[in-house]
Amino acid sequence: MAVGKRVIRVDARAKADGSAKYVADMSMPGMLVGRVLHSPVARGRITNLDIDSARKIAGVRAVVTAEDIPGGNICHIVIDDMPLLANGEVKYTGEPIALVAAESRSAVEDALEAMNLQIEQLPPLTDPEKYADPDSPRLSGKDNIFAHHKIRRGKTDVAFGKADIVIERTYRTTYQEHAYLETQGMLAVPTQEGGIDIYGSMQCPFYVHGAVATVCGLPQSKVRIIQTTTGGAFGGKEDVPSLVAGWAAVLALKANRPVKLILDRSEDIISMSKRHPSRTHIKLGADKKGKLVAAEVDILFDAGAYATLSSVVLWRGTVHACGPYRIPAVKIDARAVATNKVPCGAYRGFGSPQTLFAIESAIDELAYKLDIDPVEFRRINILKKGDKTVTGQKIRSSCGLEECLERAVQASDFINLRKKLHSEDSPVKRGLGISTIFYGMGLGAGGTKLARTGAYVSIQPDGSVQFAVGTTEMGQGMRTVLGQIVAEAFGIPFEKVSCLPVDTSRVPDSGPTVASRATTMSGRALLQACTHLKRNLAKVAAAEWGTKDRIVNIAAGKAIRTDNPDITIPWNELAAIAFDKKAELTVVAHDSSPPTSWNPETGQGDAYVVYSWCANIAQVAVDTRTGEVRLEKLWAAHDIGKAINPTLVEGQIEGGSVQGMGYGLTEEYIIDENGIPLNPKLSFYYIPTTEDAPTIEPIIVESAYDKGPFGAKGFGEQPLMGIAPAIANAIFDAVKIRFREQPFTPEKVWPELKGLDNED
Amino acid sequence: MRIEFTINGHPVNMEIDPSARLLDILRENLDLTGTKEGCGEGECGACSVLLDGALVNSCLVPAFQVDSRSVETIEGLRETEIGKALIDAFCESGAIQCGFCSPGFIVASTALLRSNPEPTESEIRAALSGNLCRCTGYTKIIEAVLLASKKIKEKR
Repeated sequence: MAVGKRVIRVDARAKADGSAKYVADMSMPGMLVGRVLHSPVARGRITNLDIDSARKIAGVRAVVTAEDIPGGNICHIVIDDMPLLANGEVKYTGEPIALVAAESRSAVEDALEAMNLQIEQLPPLTDPEKYADPDSPRLSGKDNIFAHHKIRRGKTDVAFGKADIVIERTYRTTYQEHAYLETQGMLAVPTQEGGIDIYGSMQCPFYVHGAVATVCGLPQSKVRIIQTTTGGAFGGKEDVPSLVAGWAAVLALKANRPVKLILDRSEDIISMSKRHPSRTHIKLGADKKGKLVAAEVDILFDAGAYATLSSVVLWRGTVHACGPYRIPAVKIDARAVATNKVPCGAYRGFGSPQTLFAIESAIDELAYKLDIDPVEFRRINILKKGDKTVTGQKIRSSCGLEECLERAVQASDFINLRKKLHSEDSPVKRGLGISTIFYGMGLGAGGTKLARTGAYVSIQPDGSVQFAVGTTEMGQGMRTVLGQIVAEAFGIPFEKVSCLPVDTSRVPDSGPTVASRATTMSGRALLQACTHLKRNLAKVAAAEWGTKDRIVNIAAGKAIRTDNPDITIPWNELAAIAFDKKAELTVVAHDSSPPTSWNPETGQGDAYVVYSWCANIAQVAVDTRTGEVRLEKLWAAHDIGKAINPTLVEGQIEGGSVQGMGYGLTEEYIIDENGIPLNPKLSFYYIPTTEDAPTIEPIIVESAYDKGPFGAKGFGEQPLMGIAPAIANAIFDAVKIRFREQPFTPEKVWPELKGLDNED
Repeated sequence: MRIEFTINGHPVNMEIDPSARLLDILRENLDLTGTKEGCGEGECGACSVLLDGALVNSCLVPAFQVDSRSVETIEGLRETEIGKALIDAFCESGAIQCGFCSPGFIVASTALLRSNPEPTESEIRAALSGNLCRCTGYTKIIEAVLLASKKIKEKR
C-alpha cells in the first residue's frame, strides 16, 4: 500500500546532489544569451531607442522591439491588456521595452547600453486610494477599476440594528515577494519544422503554450512546452512565465538560434508579479452571547499597471473575506484598481491572506470587546457541517474545522500555557494568538473554464508503469504524491511507477497548477486512467481463464477471480500476457472538476467544490526593549481530507507557515511615491532564515472529501494564509497593542511600546 | 589570464576572463552546475562552495583569487562520507522541496560537520543561517543535519 506512507520523494536525490537540471543549467549548441531592457521609470513616453547601434555591437544576433514581434504583441492572461513589450509608452518601473540576444553576456550588456533609452516622464498614479481622483491619470478603462466583486446576503442595515456590539476597523497589507530561490528563466529552441520548443521554469505550461503561439504567430500545433525542474514558484510562476517564454521565443525565432534568458535577482524582483497590497475596511457586529450577526467589508487591492490575474485573485479574496464563520447578513464590495506599479498576480493564498488578515484580526478585536475568550468566540461562530458560508453554500461534508481548533487548543495546552506566559516577569512579553481559516480548493466558480485535467498512464510489458500529467512539480512533491496514487490504484509497489516530465505534447490541457488543485484534480484524472486500464487487464485475465471479465478483480497488484480468490495472476505476468495479447495498455484520461455555481450580482452560490480548514495557534515573544517580535512556536492544524504522504504534508505546513511568518514580521517590499522600488534585493527584503524559524507542530486532520483521490483535498496554500493574523493576535495578547498593518517590524512596534511606557 | 587550482581533488589549468566570478567558471567552463546562482550578491548561499575547506559564496569570489588553491563543490562532496550521509539524511527527512537551495545546504552542512561532528540544534541554525530556503521552513533541514551527524557517528 502506497497511500498514507512516508515514501521518499522521487526527485530528492538528484536535487540534493546537484545533478538535477534547472533551466539555467541547460545548454544547446549555438545557444545565445537573451536579456531584457526594462523601463527605469513608472510612467512615460519612449522618446529614444537606438536599435541600429545595438545591432552593430559585435556578437549581437537579434534585437527585438514591439514592432518586431511576429505575432500579436499581447501576453494573454485573463483580459488582453498587457503587451509583451511596451509600445511607445511605459506604465511601471520594470516594464519590458526591448530584447537582445548575443553570443556573450558582455555583448548583450553593451547592446542594452547602446540603445540609449530616453523616456519623457509623466506623473504616475502610485496611491491606489486615488484611483478615482479627477487629477489621476486614466490607466485602464474609464475608471481605473480592473474588477469589482460583490456579495449580498440578507439585510445588513437591519441586522446591525439588532447587534449589541459593532466594531469598525481598517487593516492594511503590503506587497509580498515570492523570493523563489530560482529566478525566472526560459530556453527557446527553434525547431526544423518552423516551430518552437520552450524549456523552462513554470507552473502552468498550457498558459505558456497559448502565449508563445500568440506572440510568435504560430499555430499551437507547432509549439511545445517542456517544464524543467522548477526551483520554487508559490504563484510567482503562474502567469509571468508567459512573458519570459514569449521574450525568449521571439528572440530565438529572430536569431534562428536557441536563446536562454535567465532573469537576475533584482530584475526578477522589480519586474515580476507580487502579492497585491490591500486595504480592507470591516464593520462587524455580534450579539451579547457572542453570535455574529452582520458584516460589511470594503476591500481595495492595488493591482498595478495591467489586469493580469487581479480579477480572479480579488474574487478569492472576496469569497474568503468573512472567514469560516456563520454570518447571516453580509455585504462585501471589493475592487482591484490600476496604479503605475508592477502588475500584481498570484501568490500562495491568491488574495485570501489579505482579507483573512483583516477578518481574523477583527474577530479577535470583537471577542475582546465582548469579553469572550477568542477561542470560545470562534467555537460559537465557526462553520460546522450543515452550515452555510456567506455565499450561501451549504457545507455538506468534509468539514474538519472544529476538530482542527480543538486539536490545536489541546496540543498547545492553550489555557495553561497562556496563564504561564502571562505570569512571566521579563522585558520580553509573551502571548498566544489564534486564527481559524478555510481554503476553497481548486479554481471554483471563478475559473470554471480552466477546471480540467488530463492524465497519461502506460503499463509497460515488464509491469512497470509510466505516467504523465499536465500539472507541474514546483517543489511541493506532486510527482511523488501522484505516483503513490497510481501505485495504490493498481496495488503495486511505489517503485514500479515513474512520472514523466511535463510536456504539452503528451498530455491534454490540464489547466494551471494553482489553487492547491494538482493532487486532487490530476489525481482524479489518473484514477480514471487506472480504472480504464484495470478493465482492460480484467478482460485479459478473463480470457486467460476462459471466464467472464466481471468476475475478475484487479487489486493488490494481481488479477483475482472473485468466485475463487485463490486463483490469481501476478502483476508482472499479467502485464506480459496483456502485451502479448495486444491489449490497450496506454490510455489518456480527461477529467472535469465537479460543478460550482455563482451569481455575480449577489455573490451567492457554491463557490468551490470543497474547502480545506485550518486552525493556527502562535506563541510570540515581544521584546519591549527593541520592538522585536519573534514567533517562537506554532501549532498548525490542517484538515486536508487525506494525507497521501504525511512527510510532504508536514513540509507544506512548515514551509508555508514560515512564509506566512515572513509576511507577518519582516517582508516589506517598498515602491516609493514616484513608483521606484527601493529594496529589490534579498539583502534588503528579509525572508526568514534558520535563525528565525519557529518550532512548528503540524497537526493533520483527515475529514475525507468523497470526490478526491482516496479522500484527499488540496491545501498547499493554506499554511501561509492564517499566520500573520495569528501573530497579530498573539502580539495583542502579549502587550495589548493591536497592529492593523503588517509586517510588524521593530520600526512599527517599538514606537507603540514606547507610547505604552509613557502612559505608565 | 591563466590560473591553476584544484577542483574536487583534480588539478586544472585554465584561461579565464579577469572579471569572471568563481561561480561563472564553475558553471560555464567546468560544467559544474550543481552550484546554483540565486542572488549574485552573497545573500542566499545557493552558490556555496568550499575554498581551502572554508565555506564561501562563489558569486562573491573573483575567479583569479582561487589560483593555486583548492575548491570543493557539491559534485566532489557528494562522493565523500559526510556528503553522502547528508544527502541520504536530507532525502529521508523530507528536507528537499524545490531543491534549488539543496546543494548549497549540503555544502554548508559539510563544512559544519567537518569542524563540529556533533552540533546542537542551535549550532546548526547558526551555521546554516547564510543559506536561504523558501520552501521547507527549515525544520526538516535541521532534522536532517542532526540525523546525518548521528548516522556518521554510528558508522565510525
